[in-house]
Amino acid sequence: MLKHAQSEGLETVWDRHEKMQPQCGFGQLGLCCRNCAMGPCRIDPFGDGPSEGICGATADIIAARHLVRMIAAGASAHSDHGRDTVHTLKMVAEDENCDYQIRDEAKLRRLAEELDIETEGKSVREIAGAVAEVCAGEFGRQDGKITFTARAPEEQQRRWREHGVVPRGIDREVVEIMHRTNIGVDNDPVNLILQGVRSALADGWGGSMIATDLSDVLFRTPNWIVSYANLGILDPEKVNIIVHGHEPTLSEMIVAATQDPEMIELAESKGAKGINLGGMCCTANEILMRHGVPLAGNFLQQELAIGTGLVDAMIVDVQCIFPSLGKIAQRYHTKFISTSPKAKFPYAEHIEFDESRALDIAKEIVRGAIENMPNRKKTSVNLPEMTKPLVAGFTAENIYIALGGRYRPSYRPLNDAIMAGRLRGVAAVVGCNTPKVKLDYGHIEMTKELLANDVLVATTGCSAIAGAKAGFLCPEAAMEYAGKGIQEVCRAVGIPPVLHLGSCVDNSRILVVLSNMVAEGGLGDSIGDLPAAGAAPEWMSEKAVAIGFYVVASGGFTVLGESFPIEGAKGVYDFVTEGIEEYFGGKFAFEGDPIKAARLMIDHIDVKRADLKLPGPMYEVPYAPKTQTGTTAVA
Amino acid sequence: MSKMIVSDPDRCLACKSCELACAMAHCGAGALAEAAKLGAHPQTRVHVEPCGRFGAAVQCYHCEDAPCTTVCPTEAITRQAPDDPVLLDQETCIGCKYCMLVCPFGAISISSKGKAMIKCDMCIERTSEGAEPACVAACPTGALKFEEINEWLAQRRRRSAEALRAAATTEP
Repeated sequence: MLKHAQSEGLETVWDRHEKMQPQCGFGQLGLCCRNCAMGPCRIDPFGDGPSEGICGATADIIAARHLVRMIAAGASAHSDHGRDTVHTLKMVAEDENCDYQIRDEAKLRRLAEELDIETEGKSVREIAGAVAEVCAGEFGRQDGKITFTARAPEEQQRRWREHGVVPRGIDREVVEIMHRTNIGVDNDPVNLILQGVRSALADGWGGSMIATDLSDVLFRTPNWIVSYANLGILDPEKVNIIVHGHEPTLSEMIVAATQDPEMIELAESKGAKGINLGGMCCTANEILMRHGVPLAGNFLQQELAIGTGLVDAMIVDVQCIFPSLGKIAQRYHTKFISTSPKAKFPYAEHIEFDESRALDIAKEIVRGAIENMPNRKKTSVNLPEMTKPLVAGFTAENIYIALGGRYRPSYRPLNDAIMAGRLRGVAAVVGCNTPKVKLDYGHIEMTKELLANDVLVATTGCSAIAGAKAGFLCPEAAMEYAGKGIQEVCRAVGIPPVLHLGSCVDNSRILVVLSNMVAEGGLGDSIGDLPAAGAAPEWMSEKAVAIGFYVVASGGFTVLGESFPIEGAKGVYDFVTEGIEEYFGGKFAFEGDPIKAARLMIDHIDVKRADLKLPGPMYEVPYAPKTQTGTTAVA
Repeated sequence: MSKMIVSDPDRCLACKSCELACAMAHCGAGALAEAAKLGAHPQTRVHVEPCGRFGAAVQCYHCEDAPCTTVCPTEAITRQAPDDPVLLDQETCIGCKYCMLVCPFGAISISSKGKAMIKCDMCIERTSEGAEPACVAACPTGALKFEEINEWLAQRRRRSAEALRAAATTEP
């Protein structure tokens, strides 16, 4: 596909990456600062030039300020997504003719109970209104704590209190980062990072968690669902629409519009055999999880999708959308449509999405796509014949059922399998793509290494799409890639060895799963005690920085494929890779080689097993434990 | 020639400050921001190429027996006196690219205005006033230095002598 793109003279992210070489070392090392107009300043890492900025900021201060601003940006992106979901729920509550509905009343009631909302004698819409109001309040909250932080294990909450990082309001923590990083405010690198942690926690246990839970209420909590992945899902005989971006408020309505009989009839009148919707990036994961809409691809494939010549419309909202798409769409017949007032693009047709007329607008967009199909240029069509089947739709709620069965849903079998060593541990492989790594290589190689060593994998975001394309998301993959322990578990309960938990805001599901594992008992008092690890082998977005920090601050050991831009600041580097563990039980490691990175995760899992006095892996594994983990029980 | 620009890849962070400074020094415009606003297209004569983790600056080494001066059919590339830099006269140059083909360092490129080639002139105007070449002055880490050749050589020899002594004393 990439070769085809090159033969057509299409300039893609890989070409631009190559043109950008070499990239500036000051930026990579975190040694430049542009926070005030006395600057820009640069620190000389070799010690001959300036060792401080004009204001006197050291390398550590500069790098820490920049790092926490990255967290602020990432947390804002997730949380603003959450805010839009709250807004939609509020609309449902206020307008009975709203195009959106409450699709999961049971979850709404559970949330109401958790949020201390009186439900007795109230209608569903009244409850929805009350839940929306409380959730909206979490954004502007000035003190106290974000309610869902109470879902974390008590020991973790204690650590947050001890170090003064209990998040108050979602918006407040971001504003405080921007204040503290202004010239001449917070100049203690650790104190700065702790505020970064606070904002990240407000994202993971706040904005992202609200986005996930309210999306479940509005659009239905996902359940196991079968589908397909990769660019091969595009169909030359159908109208092809790709929805790309993040928020299900848009993509859900596009799904509805493409299933509308009037639209299907219109498509057929244009000679099409139907309407084929595919997803790209996290909005793809949202509608895959709930409707089985196939995955067209992940972050780095967005330009290639248009390059197939088969996409009649690409509809985007927010986040991870290349500004280059409009220019590329112009070379083909593809309509490139932006919809969010927050995100406009060069050479895009802007059809602003308004939730109060959601379905009408979605239909207008879909109609445009259908009418555009006859404009396809036959000469530039190139469809790569590749798809893989997959099973998606795992959540913190239905993992109970997947593991325990419908009649005795429980996390017990998972904890037992870990305690016995049948599963060596669990890992989350999540995050973006980056042109610095061959497409999906980091995700795929890391996942293979983990599975072979009986580490069960959960995945979200672009990593989940990478796993889907590699064929990891179907139950048979256990037989091909996993160790004997995982094979036994997968055979017993029929799950894939890699569990797709959703989009990048759905990393909040992983936090809940880990908390539930702690609550189930036998694996320690906090997330940091669990034989578990996380990784983002191909991260690039600031959102990944926020995720990394809320996972680490929740006790998770996290391996990233590339360092944060802090390598020129030894104090900051040492703190995030070592010192922070004392505070929260989690820490970062940076390792570009996915196999070595997987082994760092496995080493960590083995240490945690030893700390819990658990035996080593039940079966022989290719990467044997380094640590003395009791006696290895051989079956 | 008594001085030369020395590039140290171990100190280069690929920030490309040298490229910007070089382009500005040769475009006649005033400040960088001014040139950017005017949409001028100043062109650099020094190029930072990927090297190791970051990069290294590559430019004309002003060869003693410069092949570009030999092949130039219009005698546009010349060295006036033994210690002078190798200079390219844009008026005389016809852009045949012979020099580009024979330069072992890829130091000669085509002018964006076409019609002629461009290469490093070692900032002859600046250096004649006692200043350093623009790229050297702009380098924030000292990866580019403007060195007096004999002094540089002496330093190198001293370092090698020290290394020899160290090797001899650690001999078992």
